[in-house]
Amino acid sequence: MAERERRLTRPEGRVFHARTKVMDEDGVARALRRIAHEVIERNHGLSDVVVVGLQTGGVPLAERLRAALSEIEGVPVPFGSLDVAFYRDDLSLRPVLPQEVTEIPFDLTGTTVVLVDDVLYTGRTVRAALDALADHGRARAVQLAVMVDRGHRELPIRPDYVGKNLPTRADELVDVSLDGVVIGELGEEAP
Amino acid sequence: MSGRHLLSVADLGRQGIEEILRLADSFKEVAGRPIPRVPALRGKTVATLFFEASTRTRLSFETAAKRLSADVMSFSASTSSLEKGESLRDTIETIDAMGVDAMIVRHRSSGVPARVTAWTSASVVNAGDGQHEHPTQALLDCYTIREALGESGGRPQTDFSGLRIGIVGDVRHSRVARSDVLALSLLGAEVVLVAPRTLLPPSLEGWPVKATADLDAVLGELDVVYLLRIQAERAGRLLLPDLDEYHARFGLTRERAGRLAERALIMHPGPMIRGVEIAPEVADLPASLVTRQVRNGVFVRSAVLFHLLAGPAGAVVGEEDGDG
Repeated sequence: MAERERRLTRPEGRVFHARTKVMDEDGVARALRRIAHEVIERNHGLSDVVVVGLQTGGVPLAERLRAALSEIEGVPVPFGSLDVAFYRDDLSLRPVLPQEVTEIPFDLTGTTVVLVDDVLYTGRTVRAALDALADHGRARAVQLAVMVDRGHRELPIRPDYVGKNLPTRADELVDVSLDGVVIGELGEEAP
Repeated sequence: MSGRHLLSVADLGRQGIEEILRLADSFKEVAGRPIPRVPALRGKTVATLFFEASTRTRLSFETAAKRLSADVMSFSASTSSLEKGESLRDTIETIDAMGVDAMIVRHRSSGVPARVTAWTSASVVNAGDGQHEHPTQALLDCYTIREALGESGGRPQTDFSGLRIGIVGDVRHSRVARSDVLALSLLGAEVVLVAPRTLLPPSLEGWPVKATADLDAVLGELDVVYLLRIQAERAGRLLLPDLDEYHARFGLTRERAGRLAERALIMHPGPMIRGVEIAPEVADLPASLVTRQVRNGVFVRSAVLFHLLAGPAGAVVGEEDGDG
């Protein structure tokens, strides 16, 4: 879950107002390409590397990353998606229904998981994801790739691969897709 | 889904049913993991209060709660102070005082779960009350039909319009039938009740169903044959003089199973009495979804518990931002 999904759970009547586009489609594509090279360099290739995208915002980015990895190294890379709704620590504050499926059709034991999300913020989603991953087997290592690190961490979590570091205010929202990265805020719905 | 309790299928409405079924998909996925458990209800306590014997439903609810990491307390009437003369209300208030978040209630009298809501602050789930309702059974039946339809034609879908479902047997005493009629017709299915007149409710007014006493006349047109257990403990000998005769007229014999439409499904809420409502070998045909119903019951009950308990404890939801 990320910014996009959080918006859906907002009180009704408030919508995202885009303000500044900080990355365009090409920028996102280039960042993913660079991250792919970094993953390969750091792991000395792709042996036992699997890519897992966080539902919902991380999945399209993860798919793109997986494709780039496969293309560069010429080997298939296993792919999974993970919805962490059942693992969140704020369920009692704000119910979050699972938005999409979790599908990890392989045992993670012994693999190096590259976990992909769109925005890294407080770190709580990643904390939940680490718990969820553990229920799918004991990975040898988990590395975190995010398109945007916007700061404001509440847990000792840091990314291994970052598309863009983006200082933000807490009341801003960051929308990430393959089309680009946009900063904006929540406001009243236009009449 | 509105409300903190699940007493009747009517509490859910079509949208609520669809939501539960979708959520149950997530628990089906969880069940396939190396560690089939999620922490979503950690710290919550679920009490099963079965004032009437039932093994499978109680185990199903308890498994469903444990898959969510809830703590489970189990209460059965035979080992309780009810035996010593404690009133129902005192029993409920005692358990409430221990601090539980949900009470799963089964009782042989209709309306008990609804009464219980007045005596506790916990969420109450009706696990079968008298001849009234058994909503989670209906939900798991809908889930099972949806799953089977998905397998024969792509993605699971909850639109049952065009489906003809025959509910066969002791409709009069069946809370399963009552909940199923509501749920299946909310999803658009056409329901036909098949039973001797003595085992139909005295009036079908207001029910979106047809009724017949001739199984053979409708058999070939059914997409689902849903067999009910003959409830000897409720029906007694007056309404049902002879089980062999019942089997001959209303049982799903091997010969009748051969006349079912291609792809027709056979369902039964259990416990199944082979040789009465269903021939022993028919229960084991590939078309029989009985075991699947049991398996799906856990997913659906997890979905119900998650839905009732995972939300905010109070009415106030903070405006506070979550995280990303």
